[in-house]
Amino acid sequence: MQDKTDLTSLIFGRLSLESIPYHEPILVVTFIIAALAGAAVFGFITYKGFWGALWRDWITSIDHKKIGIMYIIMAFIMLLRGFSDALMMRAQQAMAFGGSEGFLPPEHYDQLFTVHGVIMIFFVAMPMIVGIMNFVVPLQLGTRDVAFPFLNNFSFWMTAAGAGLVMVSLFVGEFGKTGWLAFPPLSGIEGSPGVGVDYYIWSLQIAGVGTLLSGVNFMVTIIKNRAPGMTLMRMPIFTWTALCTNILIVVSFPVLTVVLAMLSMDRMLGTHFFTNDMGGNMMMYVNLIWIWGHPEVYILILPAFGVFSEVVATFSGKRLFGYSSMVYATIVITVLSYLVWLHHFFTMGAGASVNAFFGITTMIISIPTGAKLFNWLFTMYRGRIRFELPMMWTVSFMVTFTLGGMTGVLLAVPPADFVLHNSLFLIAHFHNVIIGGVLFGMFAAINYWFPKAFGYKLDDYWGKWSFWLWTVGFYAAFMPLYVLGLMGVTRRMNHFDDGSLQIWFVIAAIGALLILGGIIASIIQFVVSYRRRDELRDHTGDVWNGRTLEWSTSSPPPQYNFAFTPVVYDNDSWTDMKKHGYERPREGFVPIHMPKNTAAGFVLAMIAAACGFGLIWHMWLLVGASFIGLIGGIIIHTFNYNRDYHIPAEDVTRIENERSQQLDRYA
Amino acid sequence: MTTNATDATQNLPSSHFYVREHHPEQGTLLGFWLYLMSDCLLFAALFATYALLSHSYAGGPSGADIFDLPLVALNTGFLLVSSITFGFAMLQMQLKRVNGTLLWLGITGLLGAAFIGLELYEFSHLLGEGFGPQRSAFLTAFFALVGTHGLHVSFGIIWIIVIMVQVKRFGLTTDNSRRLMCLSMFWHFLDVVWIGVFTFVYLMGVLQ
Repeated sequence: MQDKTDLTSLIFGRLSLESIPYHEPILVVTFIIAALAGAAVFGFITYKGFWGALWRDWITSIDHKKIGIMYIIMAFIMLLRGFSDALMMRAQQAMAFGGSEGFLPPEHYDQLFTVHGVIMIFFVAMPMIVGIMNFVVPLQLGTRDVAFPFLNNFSFWMTAAGAGLVMVSLFVGEFGKTGWLAFPPLSGIEGSPGVGVDYYIWSLQIAGVGTLLSGVNFMVTIIKNRAPGMTLMRMPIFTWTALCTNILIVVSFPVLTVVLAMLSMDRMLGTHFFTNDMGGNMMMYVNLIWIWGHPEVYILILPAFGVFSEVVATFSGKRLFGYSSMVYATIVITVLSYLVWLHHFFTMGAGASVNAFFGITTMIISIPTGAKLFNWLFTMYRGRIRFELPMMWTVSFMVTFTLGGMTGVLLAVPPADFVLHNSLFLIAHFHNVIIGGVLFGMFAAINYWFPKAFGYKLDDYWGKWSFWLWTVGFYAAFMPLYVLGLMGVTRRMNHFDDGSLQIWFVIAAIGALLILGGIIASIIQFVVSYRRRDELRDHTGDVWNGRTLEWSTSSPPPQYNFAFTPVVYDNDSWTDMKKHGYERPREGFVPIHMPKNTAAGFVLAMIAAACGFGLIWHMWLLVGASFIGLIGGIIIHTFNYNRDYHIPAEDVTRIENERSQQLDRYA
Repeated sequence: MTTNATDATQNLPSSHFYVREHHPEQGTLLGFWLYLMSDCLLFAALFATYALLSHSYAGGPSGADIFDLPLVALNTGFLLVSSITFGFAMLQMQLKRVNGTLLWLGITGLLGAAFIGLELYEFSHLLGEGFGPQRSAFLTAFFALVGTHGLHVSFGIIWIIVIMVQVKRFGLTTDNSRRLMCLSMFWHFLDVVWIGVFTFVYLMGVLQ
């Protein structure tokens, strides 16, 4: 009998039927919807016979363009999940006043705000920027792929595996109830004995490995793979911001890895890093996680700044104003972002001098950021501005982000922070900069580069609906939170007693509904654009009269990006080439050396996900087997020396001739 | 004058703007170096943790009570010598001598294994006395830092075995030489980290 129990616990660990939340109607309905949607997608792919193509052309693909597109699709799916959580929170807070309890019990509400934060930062914003970087950076550099194409595929699947674990937590077990950074002692084994925090830890660890590797990958790509003649100071500004972001990834993600490993050791092995007793120090956790967490904020926003720089220059028909000051501002932000982490917890009690230091460094960051804003304005000044969708998002960003930046400077004043700390004012502030900065940036980027990726523009009409609903919805949803925060309302509450506050929460909920409209409009935008693709087709490859190298190739670009490698003489090299009457070569093509697709990245990431699931539920047999499988899989992969091939010259000639004919037809 | 200059540039041949064959530089060594720097930050965080918790004995033993300095000195010796022997392996690699490379790699691996063996002996001894990582925050930080380094060395040994098989089977090809250079950086990096561990954890721990 004893042996049997041991074996069961070895295989199943803490997992039992009780862990499936079938008694929660909301989750059951969600599960049924998700299962139906999953079955529909599965059935559609099987019916159309797409499995082979999906496996060969996408899952095992190491083409940076396809990986970039997959990242963005994943980010959109996760956005829907993270946004449903937000809607539920807004609805709960608008309802739960006085006698009304609302519809979410506290333990469910706590999971919601935790999972909302985790998903939006790690599995929406991060994949979105990594996806855009993946698609754009090699094209802007004039190269054929990233430095380590296999690692790129592996990084994507590790991120997807982390996202998968978060999704599984919805239906098997629970997620953390600790807030998105899981501070101990609440996240310790006594405060959170369940599997929620373990889901948090292992999904982030697995996704974090992917992010770190793509950080290394992009740094090497940008340093080594630039087209001949492209010195650092001739690089497009988006690539510059990508470089700085990846530097930040490489110097900050190891700290996250360490701090989460320590937390999991505290939980699993009974060590004393962050415990209350035996000499542990929980403030060390808060320090370490914010040493990662603050650079993370800039990891997200810098590429968005890069996108706006490209968009403003293109749609103003001018060279970017103050290119070198833009580069230096980016570098200064990169360095300073490492010197401000303590402003997240001025109330720790580090003393006036420490708080003053970090308050001042925080305020200093607004100087390079302000310089960037002026550069964009001066670029627009006397430009021939075209208000296409990317430009509209950019203008909306400039207004919204400035507001968010100013409330940030308010929070950077330690005495003010003692009052506003942990209030809805803070919530309003960071949503203001993340939605108004990162998300608007990503929408600008998607509208800007979509024609490059798929060969047709996105529909304007629905794009404008999406734009206005998002912008107005954002203000309606978050301005009330500023007001409430100033009145002293704290974050993460699922019930209020003071009825006079309710009206503000109702306005915020209406704002959230407007944003829902924005999301639906952008889904309609994709569908409508796909159906009108022949009308919206771009035959030139240069739909916006662009300035950088990605617009010199066809839309969508061939697998090898450039038949011949471009030579760069100036910033905005494509403008330079057009000005000097460049004509694309039509003959003399040579075979092109390319890396081969491989399933190794996908397989290894799935084994890692299994290992993570085992660690969460203490299924030691699964952990052991998958860990050995992981190491073994990596070793087997290293025995594969045959990793590249040549695209024959005839194929290149055929593809390039098709493009020549197309260009001639529409010239 | 200006018009002339513009005209001159406008008549540039298109081939001015492209090269037919261009191969970007190999980036593996730089990439691996960057990975090592991220690993360095991982250790930096562990060192900082140790610095903060190194006096939180919680009524348990201090470093001076439990560190066996001669044993650790011997262990340090193993690791330092293994760096030299790895250097010899790389010299043999430069000379394209497969057997010499394999011999020195094998010696390096054995020294690494001896290091891990002694470390495990030290750990089991401490655990046996009841001074495991659960005893106090000091011991938690100690095991985390030294253990993470030991884990790295263990992976290094596995890597040495794998690469020995690959060199034996496929010879000192370009790919294998590049991998050996990465492994060499990894091994020397672990040596440097160990010098930090030996100094800050053991030597300074015994001083207190």
